[in-house]
Amino acid sequence: MTILASSVASVPTDGFDESRRTAPHVTIRGLSKHYPDAVIYDRFDFDIPRGKLISVFGPNGCGKSTLINMIAGLVPADAGEVLFDGRPLSRVKFGYVFQNYREALFPWLPAFDNIAYPLKVMGVPKAEREQRVERLVAHLGVKIDLALYPYHLSGGQQQLVSIMRALIVEPEILFLDEPFSALDYEMTLFMRDQLQRVFMETKTTTVLVSHDLEEAVYLSDYVLLLSRHPARVVEFVPYDAPRPRTDKTLSESGFIATKAHCLQLFQREVRRG
Amino acid sequence: MKKSNAFLPLVGVAILLAVWGLATALKLVDPVLLPSPFATFRTLWEGMLSGKLGVDFLKTVMRTISSTAIAAVIAIPLGILLGSSEKLYRSVEFLIDFFRSTPASAMFPLFLVLFGVGDRTKISVAAFGAALVILFNVAYGVMNARKTRLLAAKVMGASRMRVLFDVMLLESLPQTFVGLRNGVSLALVIIVVAEMFIGSTDGLGQRVFEAQQLFDMPGMYAAIFAAGALGYSLNLLFLLIERRFVHWAGR
Repeated sequence: MTILASSVASVPTDGFDESRRTAPHVTIRGLSKHYPDAVIYDRFDFDIPRGKLISVFGPNGCGKSTLINMIAGLVPADAGEVLFDGRPLSRVKFGYVFQNYREALFPWLPAFDNIAYPLKVMGVPKAEREQRVERLVAHLGVKIDLALYPYHLSGGQQQLVSIMRALIVEPEILFLDEPFSALDYEMTLFMRDQLQRVFMETKTTTVLVSHDLEEAVYLSDYVLLLSRHPARVVEFVPYDAPRPRTDKTLSESGFIATKAHCLQLFQREVRRG
Repeated sequence: MKKSNAFLPLVGVAILLAVWGLATALKLVDPVLLPSPFATFRTLWEGMLSGKLGVDFLKTVMRTISSTAIAAVIAIPLGILLGSSEKLYRSVEFLIDFFRSTPASAMFPLFLVLFGVGDRTKISVAAFGAALVILFNVAYGVMNARKTRLLAAKVMGASRMRVLFDVMLLESLPQTFVGLRNGVSLALVIIVVAEMFIGSTDGLGQRVFEAQQLFDMPGMYAAIFAAGALGYSLNLLFLLIERRFVHWAGR
């Protein structure tokens, strides 16, 4: 548990413009998607709040990943519209972290160049790329030898490199698709706190797909509970425990009550199917 | 422990030489058919240093390298092109598989007609065989590029061209090297066979054939060992290049 305590930085969460906090960041309207055997989304509407970390949770196969993949443009939607402050995806800088870090990183590039790659795509000159990566590393307090190739790093370190690669463009919004589910439990706990720290440092609107309710509640400001497909919003459950949350948070009554509430709704959904 | 393991590959060699030496010393085999290891390696050594064997060896090296180089220059870009569109590859897959399965030696007469008697025929037949092997591997390497990696590049805003050069090309490199290694081995086989039969005057194939005709058994064994050493070295060379440039393969 010492890992948990030491990795959490106590950074105040001030300096945020209150007036912007109320306007939704992403508006999803009439989103529809069907696969040959099922209708996954049928005219789905939702607003993603700005500067919050939300977790998407729901029964297996309800389309949790499909939702963020449609928002991030990895999977085409059949119909509907997703706007970021009224703009289409093509005009938005965003980050995406894949579940399978082993296949998402470029093994031919050292970790440092992997992180810098999105900047290279954007045409940022080499000197500035290096500066920005170093600034991000210092900002997040990451202690990894970035001269190493990904295959010489542990799973958690590789996923941390993936997260930094997503953050290097200073995205308006960050998507993570079950980012820790390929890691062992010890590393998962460590990475949760790394992500929390990243979120506290950057205040980037973050959408996390999770299949672990404890993780979903622990990390989020809101848990988006989805029904079986065609997916509807069962409830958008707020959880406002102060950050940094630690292992103590897990035994507090607020956490237990929120998790129990989510679990109850989840099980009701599962039984309906 | 580690030190003794390093010597393990030599055990087989030592056993072979011992059995061979014993068989010749005890005259278990007709000494005309099987000269002693000592006589064989002396012939190999002298032939490589000062005799005709060294010249023939270099000739075969030159032909194998040129045919592999020609094959690579044609097959790698073509393989990338075909591999980047699965539809395109599927439409020519049968042709590639058919000619890949056709013994290249069956093409000698055709190439003789086209290029006449000489180096051009030998090199072009070998290049033909090697090119199909390389093409097949490169195309599959490109087609089997990890989908997640391509998506990752796409999500970061990379254009089609950038995805091709920054991701697909590098993704296909391990498979490309498999193709190059198989290609160079096949090219050597074809070159040696061509040297034996198509009115040749030099090369390792010619050396083996001539020694056999003259009943020069130590010379024949020496040429066979020279060909073996060449094949092994070429494979090793490509493996070393691969380890240097495709350090991530299999990790």
